[in-house]
Amino acid sequence: MGFLKDRYNEYGKGMAVTLNTLVQTVKPKKLGGGAATVQYPHEKEAPPLRARGVIALREDNCTSCMLCARSCPDWCIYIEGHKELAPPRRAGGAPRKVNKLDRFDIDYALCMYCGICVDVCPFDALFWSPEYEYSETRIADLLHDKTKLGEWMETVPEAPELEAGAEKKKK
Amino acid sequence: MIAVDLPYWAQSLLRVLGGTVAVLLPAGAIVYLFLFKMMSFMQSRLGPMEAGPYGSMQLFAEVGKWLQKEDIQPENADKKIFKIAPLIVLVSTFLLVAVVPFGPDAYFTDFEAGIFYALAVSSVSVLGILIAGWSSANKYSLLGGLRAAGQLIAYELPMVLAVIGVVIQAGSMNLNQIVVQQNAGSMFGWDGLGNPYLLTQFVGFVVFMIAVQAELTQAPFDMPIAESELVSGYMTEYSGFRFLIFFIAEFATVGVFTLIASVLFLGGWGIPFSWFGWGSLDDVDDWMNIVGPLIMLTKMFALSALVMWVRFSYPRLREDQLQRFAWKVLIPVSVINIMVTAVLKVVF
Repeated sequence: MGFLKDRYNEYGKGMAVTLNTLVQTVKPKKLGGGAATVQYPHEKEAPPLRARGVIALREDNCTSCMLCARSCPDWCIYIEGHKELAPPRRAGGAPRKVNKLDRFDIDYALCMYCGICVDVCPFDALFWSPEYEYSETRIADLLHDKTKLGEWMETVPEAPELEAGAEKKKK
Repeated sequence: MIAVDLPYWAQSLLRVLGGTVAVLLPAGAIVYLFLFKMMSFMQSRLGPMEAGPYGSMQLFAEVGKWLQKEDIQPENADKKIFKIAPLIVLVSTFLLVAVVPFGPDAYFTDFEAGIFYALAVSSVSVLGILIAGWSSANKYSLLGGLRAAGQLIAYELPMVLAVIGVVIQAGSMNLNQIVVQQNAGSMFGWDGLGNPYLLTQFVGFVVFMIAVQAELTQAPFDMPIAESELVSGYMTEYSGFRFLIFFIAEFATVGVFTLIASVLFLGGWGIPFSWFGWGSLDDVDDWMNIVGPLIMLTKMFALSALVMWVRFSYPRLREDQLQRFAWKVLIPVSVINIMVTAVLKVVF
């Protein structure tokens, strides 16, 4: 029997794998079957929470410090800003100088989704969103401005709970 | 027997139409059922789903796409030969189907040396493949064509030798006679199943199916078109409808070879004659001409499912392993099979 078993391991196992996969795929969904793929336009896949779909911008946090634009390997982030005077925090104080964002564009035709801008941002203004349906018919339309990037903030999921025992970041 | 008197031109027309259907219908069905669907299911995906219900019209979309493409020839190619090569490959498939019997009277030609002719004609495709590789003026094509020639010649031999066992047992080279012998036969005096040569010639069947797999250049014997080594072998330079003809020829030949295999080993169009009390070919009722082709198609699909299942399961062999397997394993085994068959034929 050892001989037959060896031959089965050599030649039979591969064919058993393909046959099992076939049966599993053809089996109705109710019985736990179905394909591993998703018929995309008809049904949508829920991407994992940390999927790198698109980069969203929280405009209020941005100080136009340019760190993201400078660290971007593709130079696909365009930032323009100007200084504005804001009312002082305490009565009688001097008016504060704040950076106001005029333009924050990301050219998704150039972006390679490395996420360095998200990592490098010291003010938590950039976030990964799992949103992925933003293809365009013209390549120039992939340049998205800060309003559009701000809209994507709604799709950014809540940060997951820290693991038990993890050190909390001190504010 | 059916007695219909048709003028010669009408008979010829019917034969041409019937031959076209008998080649193209199995080819299309095999591509859709096995290449598109079974392969997808084995890879845990659904395959084409958009064109028609369950993607059943996908084939027409593919054919339409290929027909629209430009017919490109390489500058240094031997243009005329380059253009005819795929047709030669396809013609050999059409010539093959001419001797396959689909029923007691439903055949294109009732040829006494049928299986001899079939094996001879199946080698014509080698010529087409070789000149396709040679005339493309491309190193990959040339290598693919040479590999194909070496492989098809090497595996022709075990195929012929496996068939000889069947011919000895049936005592005839006529494919229709081989069908009758199997269905009118009996095993140890019991005729409930006839005598399909699958059982008595099992070694021959295995050798034949392996050789068929290699003749059709299906994986694990797909070195001639090994895409990771040779781009696409002898098909590299072909585009548009000439590639389509190669593609059709490949799968039409799967259909025809499995038809021949079902005739040789599974009893062809017949059902065991004892079920209806038939004694010989003349007793067979006329309705078998309708049911016979359906039985043939069922057996053909079962066998081509086997071919495709193997194709989708095994990785490609190395070129030297391929040659060694043919010459050192298959040919000795089939020669021994012939000797044993011949001895038993004389003894019983």
